[in-house]
Amino acid sequence: MSNSFLKKVVGETNEYERTPIPSESLKGGKSFLGMYAGEHTAGTEFVIGPLFVAHGVSAGDLIFGLLIGNLLAVLSWGLITGPIAASKRLTLYYQLERIAGKNVVRWYNLVNSLMFCFLAGSMIAVSATAVGIPFDLEMPTLTDWLPRTPGWILTVLLMGGVITLVAIQGYSQVSKFANVMSPWMILVFFAAAIVGLAQLGVGSFESLISIAQEVIWNGVPLAGMSKFTIWHIIFFAWFCNMAMHIGMSDLTILRYAKSWTYGFHSFAGVFLGHFVAWIASGILYSVFLQADSDSQEFAPGAIAYETLGIAGAVCVIVAGWTTANPTIYRAGLALQAIFPKVSTWKITAIVGGITSLAACFPALVMKLLDFVALYGLLLMPMGAVIFADFYFSKKMGFQSEAALNSKSDFSIPALLSWVLTLVFCLGLNFFYGIEIFFLGLPGWFVAIAIFIVLSKIKYPLSKSLPL
Amino acid sequence: MKILMKIGSFLSLVLTIVPSIIFFVGNLELSQMKGYMGIGMVLWFVTAPFWINKPSKSEQL
Repeated sequence: MSNSFLKKVVGETNEYERTPIPSESLKGGKSFLGMYAGEHTAGTEFVIGPLFVAHGVSAGDLIFGLLIGNLLAVLSWGLITGPIAASKRLTLYYQLERIAGKNVVRWYNLVNSLMFCFLAGSMIAVSATAVGIPFDLEMPTLTDWLPRTPGWILTVLLMGGVITLVAIQGYSQVSKFANVMSPWMILVFFAAAIVGLAQLGVGSFESLISIAQEVIWNGVPLAGMSKFTIWHIIFFAWFCNMAMHIGMSDLTILRYAKSWTYGFHSFAGVFLGHFVAWIASGILYSVFLQADSDSQEFAPGAIAYETLGIAGAVCVIVAGWTTANPTIYRAGLALQAIFPKVSTWKITAIVGGITSLAACFPALVMKLLDFVALYGLLLMPMGAVIFADFYFSKKMGFQSEAALNSKSDFSIPALLSWVLTLVFCLGLNFFYGIEIFFLGLPGWFVAIAIFIVLSKIKYPLSKSLPL
Repeated sequence: MKILMKIGSFLSLVLTIVPSIIFFVGNLELSQMKGYMGIGMVLWFVTAPFWINKPSKSEQL
């Protein structure tokens, strides 16, 4: 593809980067419903549902945990992200720059891009489990951290190379392709659940209940896996997109919303992708375990192929690819903000290389739940900073958007809120053994408290410059 | 032409979900169901891109 096309793609992405969205560019609720439904029915869903089964969650804990956790996630989007997005209408990055300063945002972008690389890497690995089927590739197991065979490395590197090339040249097309595929993918998940239930012998409502409780989610973790309770499910469902809602990444999307209430439209995504799809992929995995209860193999592509045939395998490839591709592109954009003089394609190529190397390690897939929780936790404090700046600056008497108003590139309150919150969370994990899934909630309050206290000291309202 | 594509896409979604239901009630073999789902997939790939024209994520970001 030509450079002009690439510039056009990048140009489209950078629209209104540093200005509020004008009213004529605002979008109606329907586009947000479609976007959320597509965005949250992705390659990760083929991994998360089976991992819940492997972690021995019980059926009741899963259903009620998902209902509660997903509801909390929708409320977080609707009540925390949506109002700020509709009021400011700025990207996360620019909003953060106004509060924290350019230098702090650079570090944020670096962490963000690395997390994006690892997420994309896990999706390449998921796709590889389907691509490898015709080549009889030895699949990774639940306890694998390192690649098992040279064939696995070759497969993911080749896939990573292709996906990176496409990310360099055709983000817009892939994004459209993902939108086109999402209705079909959602139905494949529904079909997976129906076929899986039939294969497990469900024939009535009573048998559905008993098989769900005794076979699929029987409450017994697989060998080497920790036990999950309803609290794990609630907090995972709530915080698996922590970076997006309370972490405020979706300011970038919801700033286009005609109404602040469009954050609630995320229900379409979470209750399709994070309820139906997780349950469906869990059922698929259970069918696989019934056939070989001692198997430690964990290969979403092969599992989907066994139950649904070629449509299942292709669905895993498409879901993984359409998640990995824009993620690589976004990682490139985040990194380019740090190195603005390096061209976009070079940055995306570097990011693709890191992603492809990361994809070689099955640990990214096997530990996806922990990784997703860590990803949200690392970015969450900056969302808390934006929240505190928006709601508490006037009430608590400190300067809002301090970096902008004091013409500084570096806000100590914002940086320390980020670092000290992560230290606090690490301490909870290290000294008290609190699992990573539960750290986001206390961390959010701690981040807000630190930011308010330090902002009152560093940027008191009486000393503020005129706005 | 667009209406034909839409009909094709609708048929493909029917071929994706209905065989699984017929399999569930025991009136279809697993291999047949997989075959129908495969046909549905191909039909979706060749019809849906021609009429589904949602705004891209790049426009939304």
